[in-house]
Amino acid sequence: MSYLTLNNVSHHYFTKKGYTKALSDVSFSVEEGEFISVIGPSGCGKSTILSLVAGILKNTAGEILFKQKPINQSGLEIGYMLQQDYLFPWKNIMENMLIGPKVKKGNLNEAKETALALLDEVGLKDEADSYPDSLSGGMRQRVALARTLMTDPNILLFDEPFSALDYQTKLRLENSVADLLKKHHKTAILVTHDIGEAISMSDRILLMGQNPGTIVKKFEVPIEIRNEIPFKVRRHHKYQSLFDNIWEELNKNEAVS
Amino acid sequence: MSHSHDQHLYDNYLSRVRREKKIVLTWQIVLLIGFFVLWEVASRLFWIDPLIFSSPSQIINLLIDRFSQGSMLNHVQVTLFETIVGFLLGTIFGIIFASTLWFSNRLSNVMDPYLVIMNAMPKVALGPIIIVALGPGYISIITMGAIISVIITTIVVYSAFIEVDPNYEKVLKSFGASKWQCFKEAVFPATLPVMISTLKVNVGLSWVGVIVGEFLVSKEGLGYLIVYGFQVFDFTLVLASLVLIAIFAAIMYKVVEKVESWLIKHAT
Repeated sequence: MSYLTLNNVSHHYFTKKGYTKALSDVSFSVEEGEFISVIGPSGCGKSTILSLVAGILKNTAGEILFKQKPINQSGLEIGYMLQQDYLFPWKNIMENMLIGPKVKKGNLNEAKETALALLDEVGLKDEADSYPDSLSGGMRQRVALARTLMTDPNILLFDEPFSALDYQTKLRLENSVADLLKKHHKTAILVTHDIGEAISMSDRILLMGQNPGTIVKKFEVPIEIRNEIPFKVRRHHKYQSLFDNIWEELNKNEAVS
Repeated sequence: MSHSHDQHLYDNYLSRVRREKKIVLTWQIVLLIGFFVLWEVASRLFWIDPLIFSSPSQIINLLIDRFSQGSMLNHVQVTLFETIVGFLLGTIFGIIFASTLWFSNRLSNVMDPYLVIMNAMPKVALGPIIIVALGPGYISIITMGAIISVIITTIVVYSAFIEVDPNYEKVLKSFGASKWQCFKEAVFPATLPVMISTLKVNVGLSWVGVIVGEFLVSKEGLGYLIVYGFQVFDFTLVLASLVLIAIFAAIMYKVVEKVESWLIKHAT
């Protein structure tokens, strides 16, 4: 039984000038604890998948099931991490961490302890009273990660969360995300255009094509490198062969369209 | 050694900044005094007609006279009160209207052409109608002071609301936030700086509304004194009122500026 299932999901964007079919007949499933990456050219509707799973957009066709129930009736909790941290600049780090529980009207005193524990895990316990603009990009993105974990979500959605960071910070953050997810046994979907990032972090990779966005190929990440930390994966020989595979497939698709 | 050299350079820089500041201030004072001296001299030597343009000494005498009688203080208080209340009401209602528009997309689409018309219309032209409707008194004048700033506040604040990065709302919605929560946690605080900067604009606008209102109602206040002085051809009174308006408008602007920097520091 799958944790999250997408059955023939399509999505259209409507504007006055016309419509675009962003997603067409997308089907895949995610098992509990699994890490899935979605890669593809920009504009192929990768991010739309995340918005649909998060319930921010409503799919125009097909169904999205969480534990066999439609997502809006399933009690699915989402943690969403975007390209930039989107920490609220007028709130300090602790207040930013408490946004989720506050929205959900949870117990804020308990939440504070959870927040401190999570900040500790990402190495930022001392920054609880700082404001976001005094933190570096990498630190802020770590806070954003910790913030998504505050409500103990079932599924984490990552929308190119490392793309705005410099390479060194990105590698470090990949490690801490992988580490944190493993520790908390989280299921995650990562959208990225970075093949290396997809291989080093995930169990399975979905390759998407453009116009309309649809899944053209699925890759299994070899078992040997699945449980390695991202930094080590990048130096494994199996990494290179999978990379070449995906690269070839990406180019093939772009040539067609 | 090098540190003291750096310090020396920095001290030089500071003294240059201070010097420049002094020069600017000196010129400002020279202009101020020069203006009044020239005015006084021109009036005494009949370069300008003292009956129309009065003179600083006459104005000062009149002010001392009227303030010691107590009548001037009353006029100043009335105008200040009307302006402050009009300014606050205009700003607050503007923000409330803008929020309402943000909550209902349809309402904002419906209202769009009307806002454009109301914004383009010279609000002081509504003066006679307001006075007939609300009676010739405080209420009408305060309404004038408020109405002149409320539409522009609505438009400016509303456009600031819709320019807030939608990703902040996305973060909140991923936690299941309602529209009200999105407004309270993201949209409103993100636009606070814009709202605060409309305060400064509204101060000036409220003065215009209140003075025109007092022209029309003609009962009390500095606007009334201007109209009265004009009618009895007492231009010393007209100019004295103008000087008072300039002083109090400047003070109010400065106060709002202080409030602004305080708010930006503490609320954002």
